[in-house]
Amino acid sequence: MSIKQYIQDVFNAIKSLLKGMRVTGYYFFHPKEIITEQYPDNKATLKLADRFKGEVVMLHDENNEHACTGCTACELACPNGTIKIITQFDITPGGKKKKALNTFVYHLELCTMCNLCVEACPTGAIVMAQNFEHSVYDRKQLTKTLNKPGSKLRAGIE
Amino acid sequence: MISLEAIKNAVQSWLQLHIGGTLALVAESILLGILVITLFAVLGLLLVFMERKVSAVMQIRLGPNRVGPKGWLQTSADTLKLMLKEGLTPDGADRFLFNLAPFMIMIAAMLIMAPIAFAKNFQIWDINIGVLYISSVASISVIAILMAGWSSNNKYSLLGAMRSGAQIISYELSAGVAVITMIILTGSLSVNDIIASQENGWWIFKGHIPAIIAFIIFMIAVTAETNRAPFDLAEAESELTAGFHTEYSGMKFALFFLAEYINIFIVCAVAAILFLGGWMPLHIGNWQAFNHVMDYIPSSIWFFGKTFLLIGLIMWFRWTFPRLRIDQLLNLEWKYLLPISLLNMLLMTIVAILKWYL
Repeated sequence: MSIKQYIQDVFNAIKSLLKGMRVTGYYFFHPKEIITEQYPDNKATLKLADRFKGEVVMLHDENNEHACTGCTACELACPNGTIKIITQFDITPGGKKKKALNTFVYHLELCTMCNLCVEACPTGAIVMAQNFEHSVYDRKQLTKTLNKPGSKLRAGIE
Repeated sequence: MISLEAIKNAVQSWLQLHIGGTLALVAESILLGILVITLFAVLGLLLVFMERKVSAVMQIRLGPNRVGPKGWLQTSADTLKLMLKEGLTPDGADRFLFNLAPFMIMIAAMLIMAPIAFAKNFQIWDINIGVLYISSVASISVIAILMAGWSSNNKYSLLGAMRSGAQIISYELSAGVAVITMIILTGSLSVNDIIASQENGWWIFKGHIPAIIAFIIFMIAVTAETNRAPFDLAEAESELTAGFHTEYSGMKFALFFLAEYINIFIVCAVAAILFLGGWMPLHIGNWQAFNHVMDYIPSSIWFFGKTFLLIGLIMWFRWTFPRLRIDQLLNLEWKYLLPISLLNMLLMTIVAILKWYL
């Protein structure tokens, strides 16, 4: 190691250490940067990050219609069997049999919020919601049916 | 104006008047002991709280904020919890050494308090080798750490203690050389003389570049000596659970924890005395008016202000830098700090001989 290299090492070390200290020093003098949410106290004003994922929900519009065709792409995409889709056969006005959704069973207790089902969905029927207060007294309550009773497929979605 | 010096003199004369002679001396010693213990307790509570808040803000968190207003009573609650806990001694441990170690480390910390000047004419023991005394007594704490690690009969404790021994012995060298560098300028080892020599400006301003280099080296070396991150290999939570105090619980653990913070205070006080003028107010050469205004701020506030500023610096280090590996740690000392501090000492000698300082 040459003398020049040695001195250069010392200066580079000091420079990089000061760089790190600048970051923490900035946070020290700018308490506004604090991102802690005081959760139970600020329930009303709680602001979660956009990418926060709490549970899978199915979108329903005002006519109680959803976009799920019962294709089971989400069920296949799920790595740990969280989703179980029960299908039925509807008779279309043309007299043909057509596969449709009967019940969308979602096991919240198995879900890891990996978002793979949402990405797999070809019609954008399911999304991730930000609700995270899932505690219940009985495990059975965590098995949910995502399509609302009486809902049907929105017209025009194949 | 009430100063610590005036209170001290009042108490001293009252004792002399009402008790007199040897008994007054004994009473003063007991009073001093109580004062030092109180200072330790207050410092422990304050510094632990400060550390937790500083670390929280630096990591964009809030820190303790539930116990008392803004979390101010958090450390008191923690202390209460530690006092109520059982102080276990493991079956295979060397009982005598195991129980002695926490007291050893506290005794070492307490002894160093003697020559530190907290305010103008407010010092427990004014000895003419003050700085030498501090650096020699400070090395006793490594014996307590080795004692704790060895007697615990636990591989993590032993490893932590051995690392700590290697670390403290190596870093004491560069800390010592940095101290000697400043002693070259002052020409005296007495704490009072060192402070008095900074009446027309602190050494960090008067001593030019060598003083600044010595200051940086001293701060790095004492951070390592007090076993704090980024040099906390002796504890290294992720590798050795808690290092040398793994087996300690309750108040015995609290004593180790307290000693760590007391040692931080002590090394920062020493740095404040050597480089920032101890209790000496900020004086600039011959600006009489400015110096006079600065004199109105009590000397104890100057001392504690400087010390806490340096404690803040050390906390800043801890919450910024990642921990070093043992080989990196020893490389830093033997290949970088020691040669640089020796060269720096030579440079300072030239400065002192040519009288380039003010």
